[in-house]
Amino acid sequence: MSVSLLTVSPSPHVHEELTIPQVMRGVIYAMLPALMFSIYVFGWDALYVNLIAILSCLLFERLISEHLLGRPATLMDGSAIITGMLLAFNLPASLPWYIVIIGSAVAIGIGKMSFGGLGNNPFNPALVGRVFLLISFPVEMTTWPLTDAFGQVDATSGATILGILKDGLRTGESATVLLEQAPAYLDLFLGLHAGSLGEMSGLALVLGLAYMLYRKIITWHVPLSMIVSIFVLTGIFWLADPQRFADPIFHLLTGGVLLGAIFMATDYVTSPFTQRGMVIFGVGIGVITSLIRLFGSYPEGVSFAILIMNAFVPLINKYTKPKLYGAKAQNHE
Amino acid sequence: MLFELQKRLKTFHKGGIHPPDNKLSATARIEEIPLPRSVTIPIYQHIGTPPRVIVERGDTVRVGQVLAIHEGLVSANIHSSVSGKVGKIDRVLDSSGYKHIAINIRVKEDDWLEEIDRSEDLIDDIPYSSKEIIQKVMEAGVVGQGGAAFPSHVKLSIPENRTVDTLIINGVECEPYLTADHRIMLERPYEIFVGTQILMKATGATKAIIAIENNKQDAIQLLSSIADDYPNIDIEALQVQYPQGGERQLIEALLDREVPSGGLPIDVGTIVHNVGTTYSVYQAVQKNQPLIQRVVTVTGPSVSKPSNFMVRIGTSVADLIAAAGGVPEDTGKIINGGPMMGKAIQDLKVPITKATSGILLIPEKETWRSEEYNCVRCGKCIEVCPMGLEPMQLVLLAKGKAADKAEAEHILDCMECGSCSFVCPSNRPILDYIRYGKGQVKKEQIK
Repeated sequence: MSVSLLTVSPSPHVHEELTIPQVMRGVIYAMLPALMFSIYVFGWDALYVNLIAILSCLLFERLISEHLLGRPATLMDGSAIITGMLLAFNLPASLPWYIVIIGSAVAIGIGKMSFGGLGNNPFNPALVGRVFLLISFPVEMTTWPLTDAFGQVDATSGATILGILKDGLRTGESATVLLEQAPAYLDLFLGLHAGSLGEMSGLALVLGLAYMLYRKIITWHVPLSMIVSIFVLTGIFWLADPQRFADPIFHLLTGGVLLGAIFMATDYVTSPFTQRGMVIFGVGIGVITSLIRLFGSYPEGVSFAILIMNAFVPLINKYTKPKLYGAKAQNHE
Repeated sequence: MLFELQKRLKTFHKGGIHPPDNKLSATARIEEIPLPRSVTIPIYQHIGTPPRVIVERGDTVRVGQVLAIHEGLVSANIHSSVSGKVGKIDRVLDSSGYKHIAINIRVKEDDWLEEIDRSEDLIDDIPYSSKEIIQKVMEAGVVGQGGAAFPSHVKLSIPENRTVDTLIINGVECEPYLTADHRIMLERPYEIFVGTQILMKATGATKAIIAIENNKQDAIQLLSSIADDYPNIDIEALQVQYPQGGERQLIEALLDREVPSGGLPIDVGTIVHNVGTTYSVYQAVQKNQPLIQRVVTVTGPSVSKPSNFMVRIGTSVADLIAAAGGVPEDTGKIINGGPMMGKAIQDLKVPITKATSGILLIPEKETWRSEEYNCVRCGKCIEVCPMGLEPMQLVLLAKGKAADKAEAEHILDCMECGSCSFVCPSNRPILDYIRYGKGQVKKEQIK
């Protein structure tokens, strides 16, 4: 062997297996159970919404990178695919195709690329797109295809159980009566109710969580702190007045709590650095979500809560800096 | 394991990673290799001032004879590891990647100085005072063999306003692949205990702990059985975690004390010596043998015979690899040290020094760095940093040449363990930038 062929580079000379493409692929695998369930419930509509969102996210990222920023697009890192899927997961399966494309344009264009692309965006891009659509197309965004008892789509469409609850409470009905219309907890957990296409089945989402924890893609800190704080806070109000407030298990199983806790709030880029910071972040999302649901005018608050806490991430990072080694040096004598 | 009620093993608590340990040569006994035809002994093998050369070209030297004598407070003697004729004294490339003065010696026979006791007999009586021990260690040119090569006599000279309550003997060997310390604990255990007692006597320590990671069960058992005869010396098995062999991490793990930033272990009442160094101290004090040979692991995924050798200082890397079956076809990188902190060498003629713990041959396919992606702010580099730094922020400061801010963020506390670069999912060369930033800060300090 010729000695001149030796590579010389600084240490370390080994690297951990898990790199960005593998992380992103892992997240996509973790979303597959929820995707498949949505196809089972909503039929090919769910797949179309996903495909339109993914393809338009990839297209917009490429166009903006190459033509506006003048640099090669890094589509192979997989992040645009995830943004597309997460956006789709947050949309009704019946949403017209052009609204999906508008959402993708906002998610990638404003949510991500305007800050400089992957790693630089302060807000979760998919949620930026989703909230933009919610404000711009309130009717389309809150009309969900209804499912029948077998989990098949009915011809009719309507509101989610969270929406029914919010409207009912507003007209003075009692929560206990309203909740009698709600599907059983098991059905909610399995996904037999109305909702955005990816948030339906708690079971499918929890499977994704288990996979990501097993692969060490995420840690438990954000999901658990968010879920526990919602459970505790809504639980306190429910105990105080069950006529006015729904019970905590109902809150966990409906709307975007599990989707948000598992896939949206755990986004590396828009969540804090340290585990201590992640817990603060998760609790913050839980508190804001609960407050919006209990007292706000929107029936659902997960998206807003995550976006609001995204804005606090730099502050959280500042106050949860790791303690320097040597800080407790005075211990000795 | 799950339900076993056992004492939880100690470890350090800030950061840390678990790279695959790949201790391929763990069962290979320490072997002597045939004497090389010539050795190249660099005179600058330690931290501090280089010693002054006292031989000339053409001189005949014997094994153990002083070639260069220490100069200044922090320096170390250099001895001849072979007998023969002094050849060129010139600047040669060493494992640092720079050229330094080295003495070439053509080997002739194996003629040792008479005062060196080469027998295997254990001498456990220590009739020397602290001063005499430190003098002997200094004359023998003993330096730390864990990697930093700090002159041992300097570490043993305890300042007047400080005391050592606990001496730590570092047998952690947390670098993947390396087994030199593991084997010396298995094959020279009694010498290490006597060496530990010598170090205790020199420093006035009343207690010593030999720390070994839990992946070296045979060494833990052997040393624990011998420790029964030494009431002042404890064996502590530690959880496996990199970089536990780092002085500061080991002190945190064992004593729950933190050395202040910019301070020394002695500031918290302890000093740390490597097991290999402890063996050399024994040889120096009890056997009059200067540091002229050490154990070196030669290993790698494709090496035909991963080995541990007792090597004369100055032997070329080429001679050593030849003894382990030669350079494998697929070799892409050769590292002096372990894969986490070792240095890639440029040339097989580079000599083994007092600080060389291993030679690692990495296959071509594992040599290249993977494609770099944007930082996704995952915070993994922060979670693993054993010094509590924020590596990704230091990268930004280094890139922006903000030396003052980098200094305020304690960039100089970085010990370059490489954990941040190891975990970065975006394959960013974090440590490269931090080194660059440290350079900027040091330049500013000199100004």
